This record gives sequence, structure tokens and C-alpha cells, in this order.
Amino acid sequence: MSTLTRPPAVATDAPARRTSPRRAGKRGAYKGLLFMLPFLIGFLATYVLPIAYAFSQSLHEKKSSGIGFGPTKVVFTGFANFSAILSDGTFWAGVLRTLLFGSVQIVVMLGISLVLALLLDGVAARAVRFFRAGLLVPYVIPGVVSTLIWLFLYSPTASPILDVADRAGAHFTFFGGLNTYLSLGNLLTWQGIGFNMILISASLQALPRELYEAARLDGAKEWRIAWSVKVPNITGILVLTGMFSLIGRLQLFAEPLFLRYVAPESISTNFTPMLEIFDRAFKTGDFQYAAAESLVLAVVTGILAFVFYRVTNRKMS
Amino acid sequence: MRPSRRGIALTTGLLVLFLLYSLAPTWFLLVASTKSQTDLYSTFGLWFSSNHFADNMRAVWDYHDGVFGRWIFNSVLYSTAGAAGSTLISLAAGYGLAKYDFRGRGALFGVIVGASLLPSTLLAFPLYLVFAQIGLTNTVWAVLIPYFINPFGVYLGKVYADTSVPAELMEAARIDGASETRIFLSVALRLMRTGGITIFMLDFVNIWNNFFLPLFMLNGERSFPVTLGLFSWVQQAQTSRDMNTLVLTGSLLSIIPLAVFMFALQKYWRSGILMGSLK
Repeated sequence: MSTLTRPPAVATDAPARRTSPRRAGKRGAYKGLLFMLPFLIGFLATYVLPIAYAFSQSLHEKKSSGIGFGPTKVVFTGFANFSAILSDGTFWAGVLRTLLFGSVQIVVMLGISLVLALLLDGVAARAVRFFRAGLLVPYVIPGVVSTLIWLFLYSPTASPILDVADRAGAHFTFFGGLNTYLSLGNLLTWQGIGFNMILISASLQALPRELYEAARLDGAKEWRIAWSVKVPNITGILVLTGMFSLIGRLQLFAEPLFLRYVAPESISTNFTPMLEIFDRAFKTGDFQYAAAESLVLAVVTGILAFVFYRVTNRKMS
Repeated sequence: MRPSRRGIALTTGLLVLFLLYSLAPTWFLLVASTKSQTDLYSTFGLWFSSNHFADNMRAVWDYHDGVFGRWIFNSVLYSTAGAAGSTLISLAAGYGLAKYDFRGRGALFGVIVGASLLPSTLLAFPLYLVFAQIGLTNTVWAVLIPYFINPFGVYLGKVYADTSVPAELMEAARIDGASETRIFLSVALRLMRTGGITIFMLDFVNIWNNFFLPLFMLNGERSFPVTLGLFSWVQQAQTSRDMNTLVLTGSLLSIIPLAVFMFALQKYWRSGILMGSLK
């Protein structure tokens, strides 16, 4: 370390600025905050202020004066919006729909990712690299583009899948009833398996090899080792990815919005809570109610994250 | 004990099956971008017919005075500037948090970790309300400012500062008379370079893929990023069918910059994915 062996003469060139190490801690008070200043100002502007403003907006309602023909006025109504949301069937139906759909879709997605990671664990190193690169292709494709691709693959007029099915004599559509959920689920699964596979692979590689040795000496088959030794040791990452995926599903927006163009009768404007908020804000123009809905959804997300946190922490310890 | 031959066949077979599942939709996009409007509907989607790729390319670039090129440019601008700003701000904040002791440091860190759990989509509408009040919507800043502030980046910055900047080195620099800013700029930043690249990469990809914030903030077609531009074409395709080749060829083109970027940074890619998973 050359800086330590410099002649003292250089150091005394700046006598006024020199401080003993002992004083560094005190100086830290404002210096440390100074480094954080740009972030803190931005954080106030893009997190604290918007949430506070949305909250104050949500305490108001737009009322038209007279019998509905006069100009609209924004009046303070206290928690009226929030109590309206609490009994708003369509909003909660959207929340419940995304959570139910999400929990099924995420189990399928993580299941496939787990199987793929376990399979990769068993093939030769060169094959691993090849398969991993290929399976990661959907992850590199922007979400909007992958939604667009599937929009065409599901479309009644352009879909090569329906083309093949028709020729084989099978007639079906990708939308309507359960099929809507299967189609949306397939799209999200396609986007997610590569990414989740990488995570699960990484935690598999982190397991000590000796763990398998004993089982192998006992004559256990590879699939048996996978199921009884590998899987129980990586539940942590499975729960974690499951939790983040579920929180992500509550924010589901672009995918159903795009698919609406193929199947408007199967995907309503309030299919997910975010679609409902978007519709309220920009189609109905009811900013106050939409602001209240955003905050309620944030609280639901927070509760979900907290519950998961508690459950996983208990499991880990 | 070695795996049986049947085991290997089954393993490879399943992997190939999922590889096809992963690749086929992208293959469809590639094939579709070479087709004319009528072929798109009348020929089999997974194989080529007569080649119209050059026509489609020209149509994409020419449409509305080259608005597509503008979208790509915007996406590059938003992603590069947004990620660069966010990386610098995050590294500085993470460094301040890791290397200086001040009152409320723990609480601040807690708030930052908590905020990084809050999905950005949820903030988009409240942000829109504030930005509309101060007349910032429909400007570049309406998207850039929110991109600059990334609590998860600060968290990563703190982790990198903790592990890669030794306190002794900072002390030595102080004895040499370097100012705190100078220490950060010429010593710490260099040591946190790997962390910085990882943060930059995560931000770049997130911003490139972002659809939600621009949808709320921007309404002039020429300020759109490519994700939003493609969406506007999808909307138009509802009324005029000949937009579909544009949508498909444009989609293919919009993947290329991101693919090039990821390829260039592939060394940091896997660690980036693992880091990103924390979010």
C-alpha cells in the first residue's frame, strides 16, 4: 500500500484539512448524509410525496354541482372512498382472481423450473451451457414483446397452433372460461421458467456434494436423491421466489391489457386490480377513487409480504 | 454410481422438449417478420413462405416519418441515462450508508429495504398525480426522475461498499489529505466497479422493459419508448389489419438492442440475475 509509506512532508501540505482518525466518526454524521443527499431528495420526491399526495387526494371526491350539469368540484369526504372500496365487489374480485390464479400458475411455473434445474444438475457440463442459454431466451425478450408474440399465437386468425389443431380435427379457442386463465398462465410461465431455473440451479450448486454421497452408497437412485435430498434442502429459495412472484402477480397489468385486444369478452376492464385502477383513472377520470385503490392495493401487498416474511423466517430458524 | 442410459435419454428428452417450448415462440416471431400481410394469415406460422423481410423493414422504418427509429432512440436514451443516474446515486448513497456512522442510519436502511419491496407499478399512479400537478408529465424528466431513484440499487450499493472498500484504505487517503469527496470519487468508486456494473445492468434491463410508467406519464407519440410505441401499434391494428406485419417486425427489431447489451455484459449477467432475484 503505497499511500501508507508516503513521506510525511506530503501529508502536511494540507494541514488545515487534516483530521485524526478519532474524529472521523463525528465528521461522518453530515458527510455520510451528504453522500446520500441526492437519493434522499429523490426518495422524498418519488416515494414519500406521491404517497402522501395520493392519500390526501383519496380523502376527496369529485362532485358535480346542481343536478349533474354544472362544473365538477372536488370536495373533502374523509374516508368515504376507502369505505366504498372495502365493499367494492369488483375490486376485491380482481384481487382474489389474481391471487388465486397466481398461486396456481406460480406452483406450475416453479414446479417446471425445479424439474429443469434438477435435470440440468444431471447432464454433462457442455450440455448444461447449451440448454441453459436456450431456456433463458424468453427472459431476454422484453415482457411487452413476449406478450405480443403470444397475442398472435393465440389469435384465432393467425395462430399456427390453431392451424395445426384444425388440421388434426381438434377445435378449440384460447379464451373463454378456464381457457383464458390457461392462456395467461402459459404466457407468464413461458416468461418465468428460465429465470427461476437459474435461481434454483444456483442454490442446488451451493449444496455440499457430500450430501448425496451417503445416499448413493446406500444405493439410492438419482431421482430418489433429487426428491429426498436435493429438494428439501432448497425449499428456502422456492418459498422466496414464490413470494416475490405472488406479489408480482398482484401487479399484473400489461399482459391482460394486451390480451384484451384478442379477447375483450373474456378479460374485463377490471380483470386485475391494476387494470381496474388504470380504467378508473384514465377512462372514468375518477382520480380520487383510483388513488385510494392504489393505496389499498399497496397495503394488501405489504400485508402479503409481511405474512410471507413471518412464515419463511419461522421455517428457516 | 453412474446414471443409466435410459435415465440420460429421459433427461435429455425432457430438456429438449422444454427447449423447444422456450424457443418456438421466438422462432415464430422471426418467421413472421419475413412474411407479407396475406401470408401471415394464409400460410403456416412456423415456416417461411415468400420473403418480404426487406419490405417489412422498410415499412417499419418509414412509418410516420420514422417514428420507430425515434422510439428505439428514446429507449436507448431512457435506459442509458436512467441507469447511469441511478447507478451513481445508488453507489453514493450505499457508500454513505456503509462507511459513515450517523444517527438514524439503521432506521434509514430499514426504510430503504422496505421501499425496495414496494412494486414500482403501485407508485406509478401516485407519481402521475404529483407530476401532473407540477406540469412534469409528458417530459423526459417524468420518466427519468423516477428511474434515478432505486432503493434496491442503494441496498446493493451498500452491500458492495461494505465488502469492497476497506476502512484502512479510506483512513490512509485521509492521512494523505484527500477530501471525503475525493476519496469517494477516486478510491471507492474504482473499488465498487463490479457492483456498479451490476446495478447499471439491472436498471438498464428494467427500464428497457418498463411499460407502465411511460404509459402513465407520456402521451406524445414521439416521446414513447419502444415498448409503448409497439403498444400503440397494437391498438391501431384493431382497426387496420395491415399494422400486424409492422407490429411483428418492430417487435423483432426491439429485441436486438437489449440482446446486444446483455451479450456485451454477459460476464455480469448471471450474478445480475441472482442479485435481481432479491427484489
